[in-house]
Amino acid sequence: MMNIHSVKGQKIAAGERTQEVDHPHSLVAQFGADQPLPLDCGIELSPFQIAYQTYGTLNADKSNAILVCHALTMDQHIANVHPITGKPGGWLTLVGPGKPIDTDRYFVICSNVIGGCMGSTGPASINPATGKAWGLDFPVITIPDMVRAQAMLIDRLGIDKLFCVVGGSMGGMQVLQWSVAFPERVFSALAIACATRHSAQNIAFHELGRQAVMADPDWQHGRYFEHGCFPHRGLAVARMAAHITYLSDAALHRKFGRKMQDRELPTFSFDADFQVESYLRYQGSSFVERFDANSYLYLTRAMDYFDIAADHDGVLAAAFRGTQTRFCVVSFTSDWLFPTSESRAIVHALNAGGARVSFAEIVTDKGHDAFLLDEPEFIDIARAFLQSAGTARGLGKAEH
Amino acid sequence: MSVQEGLPLEAHARPQLRVHRADHLLVADMVETGSKVLDVGCGEGDLMQLLESRGVDCRGIELSREGVNRCVARGLAVVQGDADTDLDHYVDDAFDYVILSQTLQATRQPKEVLENLLRIGRRAIVSFPNFGYINMRLQLLIHGQMPRTDNLPATWYDTPNIHFCTIKDFVGLCDEIGVKMERAVALDRYGRPLRLNAPWWFWNMFGEQGVFLLSRAQKKPPLQAADYVAP
Repeated sequence: MMNIHSVKGQKIAAGERTQEVDHPHSLVAQFGADQPLPLDCGIELSPFQIAYQTYGTLNADKSNAILVCHALTMDQHIANVHPITGKPGGWLTLVGPGKPIDTDRYFVICSNVIGGCMGSTGPASINPATGKAWGLDFPVITIPDMVRAQAMLIDRLGIDKLFCVVGGSMGGMQVLQWSVAFPERVFSALAIACATRHSAQNIAFHELGRQAVMADPDWQHGRYFEHGCFPHRGLAVARMAAHITYLSDAALHRKFGRKMQDRELPTFSFDADFQVESYLRYQGSSFVERFDANSYLYLTRAMDYFDIAADHDGVLAAAFRGTQTRFCVVSFTSDWLFPTSESRAIVHALNAGGARVSFAEIVTDKGHDAFLLDEPEFIDIARAFLQSAGTARGLGKAEH
Repeated sequence: MSVQEGLPLEAHARPQLRVHRADHLLVADMVETGSKVLDVGCGEGDLMQLLESRGVDCRGIELSREGVNRCVARGLAVVQGDADTDLDHYVDDAFDYVILSQTLQATRQPKEVLENLLRIGRRAIVSFPNFGYINMRLQLLIHGQMPRTDNLPATWYDTPNIHFCTIKDFVGLCDEIGVKMERAVALDRYGRPLRLNAPWWFWNMFGEQGVFLLSRAQKKPPLQAADYVAP
């Protein structure tokens, strides 16, 4: 059996919940019984909380707010040191002073999604009815649910209209959902490496990951906290499989090829002889230190259920009809999780709806992960799009 | 052919940051402020930028990735796409004008593209290099080789232009698909309009490019069952 060793960071003792679940190193918005969150599954979630980070300053007329929607295994710590891993922010290529999402100029908000495990209510949170972690008793969450919760947070912050909603992958799905559900509240939208529905292949990959988690005996039908264990093997395998889909053949070949790990010859065993094996094991083991296994099930499920057209009688264009939002859609040539054809479908629907849309495909071999990496052409386009949208919104220089 | 109305190519009143191409200025003068325009094959967005500076709401489609990325970087709303396939995704009457600037000859199906332009837009503005231009004719006649000019420098084997036509050919196509020609201008090699009262053959010989403003012809009412007489 594969052995997962912690490389660095604080090791979570088996069965312990990290303090980030209940008392995160973030701002927290509490929503009491008077403000339940209506969910697509028909249940109302109450009470609940949203953990969020903000950067920069909100201007006097509250017109410079950018909401960043994080991807599946990311969280709200996009431009600050991560409280668990100690690593720098998750999206520093795009967010920060002088970056396209300029924290000197805009007020940037990023919240942990509902169903997450970094401070917003999710399956690792305590169910007030039982005093124990929710586990699988937590209601199934959808992308529209996440967005509805974000809208409640934005209301709480007193912001009527967001200058821009930005996100990639699952975050991109939220961007599209925002623009469909609250078109009058979104001035501009930057949707990166995403789709209006999850493809069969992607659902299949997610199912593989979920089955890996559930096959781990330590999963205990989702009640691992009560049994003092954690399905770290299953979750690590899920992460390893998913991580392959975030890369590309060319990128793996460029980074690792068939290079050996600290050895000249094969050991004729099942150790990590190849660098790529060692890398994947590291990805798996570091992931389980900061992510809740049930959260992974819930969030992948939310992506699977996502289908904007289904809510509009199967006509995608109807969802965007008459929208005044300025859109920018970006895809990457080597992304096989959300290929360019998916982005093109978004663009066609927006065109049919008469929307103001820009669309660019970036040439890269870095795969789906390219949206988080230093891709100069992508960064330039994000900068130019926000710049021109800012001019249209009448945003001048930063107000400090 | 009806007499074409001329339009003085007066320099635009506002100071421009760059020198604009003559055909761009001519096209821009055909578009009213405040209209909604789709520029098909917008290149790096020079024409779009000129139009936007005049208060026109512009969208663009461009095949080349470099062109698109340049446009987006200039703050223009441009999508990467192909005139031959992607125009089908636009709804009827979405635009006041659809512009096809120096792109017609690079499409696979010029006739279908032209029909699509006038479905999406109430009017279309089409400009294209005239293959009947005297220099072209002479190169083929004298040198016996495929013509190359400063404007069309590509060799025959790597040119994107696969459907060259002459001004005469284009007029014929417009007649064939029942398109109304509202204005026609032929420009010489310096971008100056040729005499408006010149005959078509003269334009076809000395115009380096043609610029046409088109609109839909009045559709004939559909045939009623009562009109049908069995043979």
